[in-house]
Amino acid sequence: MANSGEAAKAVPWRDPNARAYVEIDRVTKSFGDFKAVDDVSLKIYKGEIFCLLGASGCGKTTLLRMLGGFEMPTSGRILIDGEDMTGVPPYERPVNMMFQSYALFPHMNVEQNVAFGLKQDGVPRGEIAERVATMLDLVKLGGFAKRRPHQLSGGQRQRVALARSLVKRPKVLLLDEPLGALDKKLREHTQFELIGLQDKLGVTFLVVTHDQEEAMTLATRIGVMDHGEIVQAGTPSEIYEFPSSKFVADFVGSVNIFEGKLLEDEPEYVRIGSEELGATIYVSHGISAAPEAVVWAAIRPEKIFMSTAPPASTGHGNDNIVRGAVQDIAYLGDLSIYLVKLPTGKVVRVTQPNTSRHAEAITWEQQVYLSWDTSSPVVVTR
Amino acid sequence: MRILPPLSKVGVSGRGLVVTLPYLWLLLFFVVPFVIVLKISFSDVDLAIPPYTPLLEWVGKNSLAIKLDFNNYAFLFTDPLYVHAFLNSVKVAFVSTVLCLLIGYPIAYGIARATPTTRNILLLLVVLPFWTSLLLRVYAWIGLLKANGVINNVLLALGVIHEPLNMLYTPFAMYVGIVYSYLPFLILPLYANLEKMDWQLLEAAEDLGCRPWQAFYKITLPLSRNGVLAGSMLVFIPAVGEFVIPALLGGPNALMIGRVLWDEFFSNRAWPVASAVAIVLLLLLVPFMMWYQSVQARESASAR
Repeated sequence: MANSGEAAKAVPWRDPNARAYVEIDRVTKSFGDFKAVDDVSLKIYKGEIFCLLGASGCGKTTLLRMLGGFEMPTSGRILIDGEDMTGVPPYERPVNMMFQSYALFPHMNVEQNVAFGLKQDGVPRGEIAERVATMLDLVKLGGFAKRRPHQLSGGQRQRVALARSLVKRPKVLLLDEPLGALDKKLREHTQFELIGLQDKLGVTFLVVTHDQEEAMTLATRIGVMDHGEIVQAGTPSEIYEFPSSKFVADFVGSVNIFEGKLLEDEPEYVRIGSEELGATIYVSHGISAAPEAVVWAAIRPEKIFMSTAPPASTGHGNDNIVRGAVQDIAYLGDLSIYLVKLPTGKVVRVTQPNTSRHAEAITWEQQVYLSWDTSSPVVVTR
Repeated sequence: MRILPPLSKVGVSGRGLVVTLPYLWLLLFFVVPFVIVLKISFSDVDLAIPPYTPLLEWVGKNSLAIKLDFNNYAFLFTDPLYVHAFLNSVKVAFVSTVLCLLIGYPIAYGIARATPTTRNILLLLVVLPFWTSLLLRVYAWIGLLKANGVINNVLLALGVIHEPLNMLYTPFAMYVGIVYSYLPFLILPLYANLEKMDWQLLEAAEDLGCRPWQAFYKITLPLSRNGVLAGSMLVFIPAVGEFVIPALLGGPNALMIGRVLWDEFFSNRAWPVASAVAIVLLLLLVPFMMWYQSVQARESASAR
């Protein structure tokens, strides 16, 4: 995984003196009255795989296109390796883009496609042949050099596009939904290949995707975008475990969100009374919010325990325990999703791994207890 | 629907009818006239109605004689007039095609890259001239080009020239007329081809280091090759045999094969020679038509 080596590597984004490789400085892009990208500032460091994650229309592609030089910022500037890119056309930028549609030239074979950029730069013939061959081997297309794009499968085309954009050794590779057109199995496989390739070549990747799973697997850091703004940037686990808002919690993974009011607000803990839940939520860390403020507690489905017998108390009375009836079950093989209806009418999503083949199954209409650790809920104020 | 079951019993299916009708049409209005023309081209001039000798003749009681006269064809290749007219026609058609291409490509490209609303308006403007008869439009050019015509009057009034330019009845006027008349035939297929282009390919080319004009030359132009060929054939093929425009605008020196044909047929009443000219013209154009067909086939294959 991309983030397994994180502890060993120095993490530049925590180092205030680290030099940003790509610096997006207060960039805004308007189309008429519509702000596609709204005052975005972002620093990306050398060797990162940074994923811009967001729903369609959130401005992530516009931001990527501005880095590629296909759109010019309305205000703000973009620096790549210290160089101001304002007014620099695409053909003079030290970046390359892998297009979502791959945009392979249909009248050229694989080899010619990959060689195109090098030829354009006037690289000597011998060197072109050598670099193209090396790159094709790297993406495992050595035997396909003479094929035309329409004679290739989707996965092969994707790798030609990758080879074509990497062969020029760009400072930053921009990838627009790089795996979007592949089927699920191939996508998973390709994700790891992509990480391996990035590791080998040391090129900085900036990936745009709407697929949170893809972002989680690939990224060293994720920037979640909404309405032209980056609402949160951080490592995949930060984004998942410490979402800064309801939107991020909801967009990345699935989550149960309970609206409530702060009952007790201490430095070491808070208690939240939630009418929706019909119980009190005890959280074992303090938060910063105004007293009596409306807050939301977000609890991931896999962090909720479900049992037919009453669970042992978490040590805080009846906090963090509710009863409900199983309304629906989705069996996915490795895990099952249960939708549990509380007496208040709220439906809670719970996932449980199917660890045993002959588990005494919880079935429809059954009364169950739901409980969670005091450290599980994330409290957000917006 | 009720008449169909009995029809299918005698082996006539609805699909068969649909396929047969156009073939019948072609047989009646293309193959039969062609055979007649071919027949006339092998006969001799005669002072009769129709003005040629019959091909088949009863000799005696029980023998039917076929008399094929190859003199008409031999005559075409011995008299330099015809060779000259053929060559000139090909030259005029070729130059007109190149001119149409130079003018039409930017137009087709512009339409293909316009927003869908403007695109429809622009396409309408291209097709609009077809709403008036070709003859009227060519006559209108006479009014524009003649010595005291609109163009000369405007230029004189502006003081650009001091005496009228001699434009009408020159090769210039003929080219203007042909290019003007055939331009839509080039624009439309070329537009249809360019419209299918994935413009992201140009962005990819620029991303890989092409300036916009290089991207055009290396990506757009080769990818629109079939559109260029199809449009060019649609101009070139009919322009070779064009009669009306050279006759009205080109003056007496515009020796084109269509005109020779007309003169032979109507002025000289030499139907056999005229027919031979028509057959040779057809044979001359068949390779181009076949080429056009194969281009079209490739185009529709690549569209899949």
